[in-house]
Amino acid sequence: MIWQLDLILVFLAVIAAVAAITVRDLLSAVMILGAFSFFMCMIWTQMGGLDVAFTEACVGAGITTAFFIATLYNTTRRTKD
Amino acid sequence: MVREFEDVIIQTLCRFLVPFIQLYSLYVFAHGHSSPGGGFQGGCVMAAAFVLIFIAYDLNEAKRRFGEKALLIFCCLGVFIYAGTGWACLLLGSNFLDYGFLSKVLPTDPVKARYYGMAMIELGVQIAVMAVMVSIFLDLVTRGEHEEILEEKGA
Repeated sequence: MIWQLDLILVFLAVIAAVAAITVRDLLSAVMILGAFSFFMCMIWTQMGGLDVAFTEACVGAGITTAFFIATLYNTTRRTKD
Repeated sequence: MVREFEDVIIQTLCRFLVPFIQLYSLYVFAHGHSSPGGGFQGGCVMAAAFVLIFIAYDLNEAKRRFGEKALLIFCCLGVFIYAGTGWACLLLGSNFLDYGFLSKVLPTDPVKARYYGMAMIELGVQIAVMAVMVSIFLDLVTRGEHEEILEEKGA
């Protein structure tokens, strides 16, 4: 476990999480949420939890992003609040 | 997705990509015992391949080939394989999902029977997860409307 790499990945994951809830465009929010899932996947990989990382990569970054985009297709792209 | 459009680049790329994604999904499923992976992840990757087809091609055409009835049958088949393996162990005089007792009907020793029982469970999970994920995607993208309503609208 390399603590410098861990620190960089946690930093990037926090940035992605904060950006996903502050950005106004919902499609951008979905994409940044996928990036957050991928950073979490990398954090788990370098912690040694390969099975959790694999699940996060295919469910969090793959299928959930497709579900969110399919939902956005039926709503407006701009947020109101 | 719902609207009809034809893009040669996207459709050709999907046609080349989908078999490799499905092969990778089967690889993940088959190596689930000894390495990271298994039925759930393999099913998700397989569902991603079908979602890619649904996005790249016309949704109604894709639903005609792989509709909701087929998805429901696959979902029930996966649950049936899972529960059937468990109940087979129960009927052979052991606990639910105690695969070692499957050696009474399989021509192997209990260790190998445990291995094959685990593979059967993973197969059921893979089929059920694939069908449910594709079904959720179809319900989200069509707002839960059936194909007859979609065809009436001409969408």
